[in-house]
This record gives sequence, C-alpha cells and structure tokens, in this order.
Amino acid sequence: MNVAFMNPFLSATISVLKTMAFTEAVPGKPYLKKDKIARGDVSGIIGISGPPNGSLSLTFSQACILKIVSNMLGEQAQEINDDIRDAVGELTNMISGAARNDLGNEGYVFRTSIPITVSGPKHTIKHQCNGQTIAIPFTTETGSFLVEVSFEE
Amino acid sequence: MYDQNTSIGINMGSKIDLKIKILVVDDFSTMRKLVRNVLKQIGFSNITEAEDGNMALEVMRNEEIGLVVTDWNMPNMTGIELLQRIRDDGKSKNIPVLMLTAEGKTENVVAAVKAGVDNFIVKPFTAEVMQAKIEQIFAKRSV
Repeated sequence: MNVAFMNPFLSATISVLKTMAFTEAVPGKPYLKKDKIARGDVSGIIGISGPPNGSLSLTFSQACILKIVSNMLGEQAQEINDDIRDAVGELTNMISGAARNDLGNEGYVFRTSIPITVSGPKHTIKHQCNGQTIAIPFTTETGSFLVEVSFEE
Repeated sequence: MYDQNTSIGINMGSKIDLKIKILVVDDFSTMRKLVRNVLKQIGFSNITEAEDGNMALEVMRNEEIGLVVTDWNMPNMTGIELLQRIRDDGKSKNIPVLMLTAEGKTENVVAAVKAGVDNFIVKPFTAEVMQAKIEQIFAKRSV
C-alpha cells in the first residue's frame, strides 16, 4: 500500500472531528493490522473505488463515540443505538470525502459507496481489497478510536 | 478543488428572513439533527426534515418552503436529482437550494451549478460557514 495515502486520512480525521464534534483527536503511532477483529464497540466502513481500490474504517470505543455524538448533536447520547451507528456512518463518509478531496489534488480519482456500520463486542471488519491494512490509533479525552486504511498494491 | 470560502458569483450583505421554513434533506438522521442545530444557532426556528428526495418533494407540495438544505449523496434519489426535480416543478422551481457534500471536486460544483444550485457547502463545516452561505443565497436573490 502507498503509505503516502495515510496523511490525507489522518488529517481528515482530525479536521472532521474538530469541526463537527469539537473533539481533539491525537494520533498515535501507525501499525500494520493483520487481523479482522475490531478494536472497539462500533465501526463504520466505506469502500473506495480507484484505482487503486481500497477501504476506510473507523472503530470507536463506546465512551469515545458517545461523547463525540453528544458534542455533534448538543444532546447527551446514552448508549450505542441506531442514532450512534448512523453518526458513525456519517463520520466515516465525511472523513473519506475530505481525504479523497486531498488525494484528488494529487491526481487520484476515487469514488465511494454508502458506508455501513457494525457494532457489538469483537465484531469484525473486512476491508474490500487484499492489500495491507494500516491502523492509526487516536486518543480523545474520553476514549480511543482506530482508523484503518487498506488499499490494493 | 472547490474553496469553501468562495461564493458562486454572489454579493454579500443581505439580511436573512429568520422566519422562513427550511427543509433539511439527508438520509442520515445525525446530519439532519446536526444541520437543524446549526440552523437554530444561526437563528432559524421553522425547520422541517425529510430523509430522502421523494419525501422532500412531498413536503414541498404541501408546505411553503423558503430554503432547501440537501445532502448530495443519498440512496434512491441523489441531491442533484432532487435539485433537478425541484427546478422542473412550477411550484418549487424558485425555492433556493443549498447543497451539502463530502466531496469538493470542481466537477461536482460545476454539475450542481448547472442543475441550478444556489450555493454549496463541503463537509465538514462550521455554523459560520453555513450562515455565510445562506446569506450569500439571499443576497444574490435580492439583487
């Protein structure tokens, strides 16, 4: 996978959460993720058509996403429900869009599908290509989340 | 790439009628709530919602809508298709439409302008950006 693709997704994640949810997200050290087990309670995943083809996923801990959605909507979110899954889908869509805008400036043309969301303990994430998956852990004041980006070679 | 801070040939400075009814169209309930909250921050209080294009057209047939704020990327009927349906209908053809999208590609902006959009916001956005975009719409229409 072209590691130069990572920066637009990293920047987009920080920007979207700051602008839409008034949340400071601090990135940690990226690593190669080799299994499909989600590192959190709720995930959004969106397919990206290129070339190259790939996908983006976001996985949030419950505490983290409840605070983010509470900030977005100005009302206290209490549990992971349809509204939270809906918000995770929209965040995935926005981060994907912002990253693709950046990559478009470098000549790449990407399209995306409608995001899907999954929740529950130890749910799995299946990226839509056979390339390596690079994971970027983020921390916020109320919990952590993981961004995964995978593109075909 | 579309610059969020530019307008589509619009003058600034008109006052907005905060009593108009605004229709927010988005398949994501979170975005509908978020946009509603932003509109309330700006000062609008008369806000209604639709979760897809067909529902939006139904609302416009039955209610007096002063501004449509619609997402671009929706299943069944895209924001552009909705915009075209609005412009093709005698009752709704003059209603201002503000398009929200996650993609700021120039070709998207051109397609939206050709279809008759009044203004365009690339997500993520702040309340200040949305207020400015709405002001631009009504400034242009008051000329």
